[in-house]
Amino acid sequence: MARKAKALEGLTQRSVEIAVALAIMLLGIITVYGSILVGIGWGAEGPKAGFLPFYIGLFIIGSCAINLFSIFAAGESDRLFAEWGQLRQVMSVVVPATVYVFLVDPIGIYLASFLLIAVFMKWIGRYSWATTIGVAIGMPLVSYMVFEKWFLVPLPKGPIEAMLGL
Amino acid sequence: MEEIGNLFQGFATVIQPFNIVLMFVGIILGVLIGVLPGLGGANGVAILLPLTFSMSPTSAIILLSCIYWGALFGGAITSILFNIPGEPWSVATTFDGYPMAQQGKAGEALTAAFTSSFVGALFAVIMITLVAPLVAAFALRFGPAEKFGVYFLAFCSFIGMSKEPPFKTLAAMMLGFALASVGLDQVTGQLRLTFGFTHLLTGFDFLIAVIGLFGIGEILLTMEEGLAFRGNKAKMDLKVVLKTWKELPKYWMLSLRSCLIGCWMGITPAGATPASFMSYGIAKRISKRGKNFGNGEIEGVIAPETAAHAAGTAALLPMLSLGVPGSPTAAVLLGGLLIWGLQPGPMLFIENKEFVWGLIASMYIGNIVGLIVVLTCVPLLAAILRVPFSIIAPLILVLCAIGAYSVNNSTFDVVMMMVFGVAGYFLKKTNYPLAPLVLAIVLGSKAEEAFRQSLLSSQGSLSIFWSNALVGTIMGLGLIALFWSAISNVWSRVRGPATA
Amino acid sequence: MKHPIRNFTYSAVAAVAATMMIAPASAQKWEPTRPVEFIIPAGTGGGADIMARTIQGIVTKHNLMKQPMVVINKAGGAGGEGFLDVKGSANNPHKIIITLSNLFTTPLATGIPFNWKDLTPVAMLALDEFVLWVNAEKPYKNVKEFIDAAKAANGTFKMGGTGSKQEDQIITEAVQKSTGVKFTYIPFRGGGEVAVQLVGNHVDSTVNNPNEAVAQWRAGKVRPLCVFDNKPLPYKEQIADGKSWADIPTCKSQGLNMDYLMLRGIFMSPKATPDQVNYYVDLFKKVRETPEWKDLMNTGAFNQTFMTGAEYTKWVENEEKRHRDLMKEAGFLASN
Repeated sequence: MARKAKALEGLTQRSVEIAVALAIMLLGIITVYGSILVGIGWGAEGPKAGFLPFYIGLFIIGSCAINLFSIFAAGESDRLFAEWGQLRQVMSVVVPATVYVFLVDPIGIYLASFLLIAVFMKWIGRYSWATTIGVAIGMPLVSYMVFEKWFLVPLPKGPIEAMLGL
Repeated sequence: MEEIGNLFQGFATVIQPFNIVLMFVGIILGVLIGVLPGLGGANGVAILLPLTFSMSPTSAIILLSCIYWGALFGGAITSILFNIPGEPWSVATTFDGYPMAQQGKAGEALTAAFTSSFVGALFAVIMITLVAPLVAAFALRFGPAEKFGVYFLAFCSFIGMSKEPPFKTLAAMMLGFALASVGLDQVTGQLRLTFGFTHLLTGFDFLIAVIGLFGIGEILLTMEEGLAFRGNKAKMDLKVVLKTWKELPKYWMLSLRSCLIGCWMGITPAGATPASFMSYGIAKRISKRGKNFGNGEIEGVIAPETAAHAAGTAALLPMLSLGVPGSPTAAVLLGGLLIWGLQPGPMLFIENKEFVWGLIASMYIGNIVGLIVVLTCVPLLAAILRVPFSIIAPLILVLCAIGAYSVNNSTFDVVMMMVFGVAGYFLKKTNYPLAPLVLAIVLGSKAEEAFRQSLLSSQGSLSIFWSNALVGTIMGLGLIALFWSAISNVWSRVRGPATA
Repeated sequence: MKHPIRNFTYSAVAAVAATMMIAPASAQKWEPTRPVEFIIPAGTGGGADIMARTIQGIVTKHNLMKQPMVVINKAGGAGGEGFLDVKGSANNPHKIIITLSNLFTTPLATGIPFNWKDLTPVAMLALDEFVLWVNAEKPYKNVKEFIDAAKAANGTFKMGGTGSKQEDQIITEAVQKSTGVKFTYIPFRGGGEVAVQLVGNHVDSTVNNPNEAVAQWRAGKVRPLCVFDNKPLPYKEQIADGKSWADIPTCKSQGLNMDYLMLRGIFMSPKATPDQVNYYVDLFKKVRETPEWKDLMNTGAFNQTFMTGAEYTKWVENEEKRHRDLMKEAGFLASN
C-alpha cells in the first residue's frame, strides 16, 4: 500500500535501473550486429575491423544481463528515482534544450541561442523583459564577435544571417 | 654547462619589450581559448599561425607557445566552476574540482589548479633544459607495442577503484570502448558501426561526450535539486590565493610524482589527457584520503593538473627533436616551424640554437607570466558562481553547443551532445561511473590501434608485449596496478563489507 | 585560356541567388563577399594541413584577398567528412577544399557516397613525391640489396605508412607486385610518426614524402633508396652526406616498376560558375609567385606542375581510373 503511494509520488529507482540496463544492452546488441557486418574474424591483416568491437559488445550484453539479474534479485523497493515535481523541473530544461539543438541546423546557432536564452530566463527565471532581451541578444552577439570575427571560427548560420550577408 | 650559457642567451632574446607584450597577449588569448569548450589550444594556435608570418620565428613561437600555456591553464576554469572540461586533459580535474566549488571552495580549487599547472610545467622545462638529447633518444624506443603498454598502464592505474558496483563499471567502460570504435577503423581503413549513416563517419568525439555527460548532465541534476549552483559562498578576494599556497607545500611528494608521470607520458608521446587520468588514479590509491577522492579533495585537483601541464610541456620536446608532435597543438606548432623555414628534427638544436633556446627561455618566463595572469583572475572567476542559475544555465547551454559544434563543425554533434547530456543524467543517478566511460572513449581507439599495429609487426604473436625489457616492464607495472586494485578490493571486503 | 569546366549546366538561378544577397553585384568579376572556408580533409600537422596553412598565411601577408580565409580541418573518416561537407554546399562559392590522394582512395575504400565529380575542379597546385626510405644503420645501400634482404626475411619485413588502403599502402602493394616480395604493411596516423618509427627501427622501410623524412635524413638517421617518379628530382641543393634530392635514382631505373605522385590540388563546391572558378585560379597563380610558396616547394622537394581547367580535369579523371585499377588489384575496394 505504501508502495503504491510511493509509485504515485514519482518514478521508482527500480524501473529506471531496468530501463537504463536495457538501453545499454541494446547498444551492446547494435555493436555486436555492426561488428558482424564488417567481419569479426582474423583476416590477412591481423584482426578484422569488427574483431574487438564484437567482444566489447558481448561484454556489454553480459554485464547488463548481470545488472538486470541483480535488480530482480533485490526485489521490489520503495526507493524513488525522482519525484514527479523534480522530473518536471528537469523536463523544463530538457524540452527547450532539445528543441534548441534541433533548431541549430535550420535557423543557425545565433537565432536559436537568442530563443533559448529568452525562453529560459522568462519562463524559469521570470526576469523582466528588459533583462531577458538584453542577455538574449548580448550573448549571441558576443559569441559572434569572439568566434567569427576574432578567432575566425564560423558557426552555423541560417537564412536570417544569409539575408544580412554575414 | 653549455646548456646554461645557451639558456641565458635565450633569456636575453626573450626579455625584450615586444616579446613580453606578445607573452601577455598570448597568455590571455590562450586562457580564453582554454575556457571556451571546443575551442582548444590546437585551434587557437592554428588560427593565429598565419598572423605570425611577418614576425621573427622567435617572436612567433613565443606568441604561439604562450597561447598553448594559456590554454593549458584555462582548461581548468570551467571544469572547476561548471563541471565542463574546457580541454580534454581537464576532465580529471572536474572529479574533485567541481565538488570543491560546490562547497564554496572555488577559489582554493582554482588556485591549486593553477599553481600545480605551473609546477608541472616548470619541472618539465627544467627537464628539457638539462636532458633534452637523452630524452629524445628514449622516445625513439617507443614502437607500437611500447605505446600499447603505456595506454594499458594508464588504464590499469585508473580503473578498478570506483565505489560503484563492478558490473556497472564494466558496462560503462565497455560502452566507452564501443563508442570509441565507431567510424573509420584506422588499421583496415574500413568503416564500422556507422550503418551507412554519414554523420557517424567521424565517430564519437571525446569532447562531445564529455560536454554532454558532465556539463549538460550536471545542469539537469541541478534543476532536479532546485535551481542553484551551490557555490554562492565563494570568497572573492586574493587572500584565498595566499591561504591555499600555505597548504600546498604539504603535497610535495604528490606533485613530484605527478610531474614524473606527466613528463613520461608527454615524451612517449601518449599526451596530457592519459597523463592526467593516470596521475589522478595513482594519487587516489596512494593518498591517505583516497577514499574521499571525488568529494572535493584538493589532492584530486593537484594530481591531474600537475601531470597534464608537465605532459603538455614535455610533449614539445619530441616535436622539436624528432619532428613528432606529442599533442594536437604541438602538431600545429610543428607546421609553424616548417612555415618559418625551420626544420624540426635532430638538427634543429644544432642549426637553430637561438630559436630553440629562445623557445625554452620563453617557456620559463611564459609560465610565470601565465601564473600571474590567471591568479589575479581567481576572485573574478569565483564570482561567476554568483550569477543566478536561470541566467547562467542557458548561457552554459549555448557555450556547450558552440563547443560541441566547433569540434567537427557539425550540427549533428550538437544533437549528440544533448543525447549524451540526458544519458549522463540517468547514468549518474543509477550509479554507472562516468569516468571509466570517458577514459575508454579517449584511449580506446588509440589503444586498439597500437595493439593491432603490434600484432601486425609480430605476425600475430602476443609475445611482442614482453619481447624486450622496456615493454615488459611497462606491461608488468600495468598488471600490478590492475591486480593491486583487485587485491585491495578484496581486502576491504574482508575487513568490513559495509564499506565496500 | 578558356575553362570549359566539364559539362556543368550553370543554372542562372544559382548565379542570381549567389549575387542577389550581395548588392551591388558586378557583372564581370566575381569576388568573395564573405570569409572563404578552406577545408582540409586531413588532420592538423599533416602535409595538406601545412600547405593549406601556408597558403592562408601567404594570402593574409600579401593581401591577396579582401575577405579573410578560414582554414578548417575535417579529417573524420579518412577525409570523407570534408568531402561530404563541400559536396553538400552547392551554390556556396565561399568554400574550397585542398585534396590529397584520399580524394580517390577514401570513397573507393569506404564506399561513402562521394566522387570527385561532385566537386568543381579549380587547380592543381603541385604534386607530392614519394621516396623509399630505410634506416641508415642498415647495410643495404641500394634497391637491389634492400629487395634481397626483404626476400630473405620471408614476409616479416615491415613497411610503415600513413593510413590504411591509402597512397602508402597502394605503393607498397605495387612494390610487392613488381618484385614478388611480401611486406607486412603497418598503418600509422601521420607521416612524421612513420619517419620516427623508421628511425627507432620499429619498421624496416617507409615510403614517406620528402617533407616528412627530410629532417631525419639530414641528421643521418635514414637513407633514401629511390624515388617513385619517372625522372629524378630537379633539386640540386645538398641535403646530407654530399647528396641532394637530384641524386636519388628513380625506382624504375632500379627495377621497381612503380611511379606515383600525389595530388595537392584545389576543388570548390558544386555548381560554381566559371567566374568564381577563375577568381580562385587567379588567386592561386598569385600565391605561386610568392617567395614563401617557393620555399615550401623547395624544402618539400615538390613536383611543381600547375594545371587548371580541362587539362586538370582530364588528369584527375585518369588518376581516378588508375587508383580504381590499383586498388582493385590490391583488393582494397569497399565490398558493400
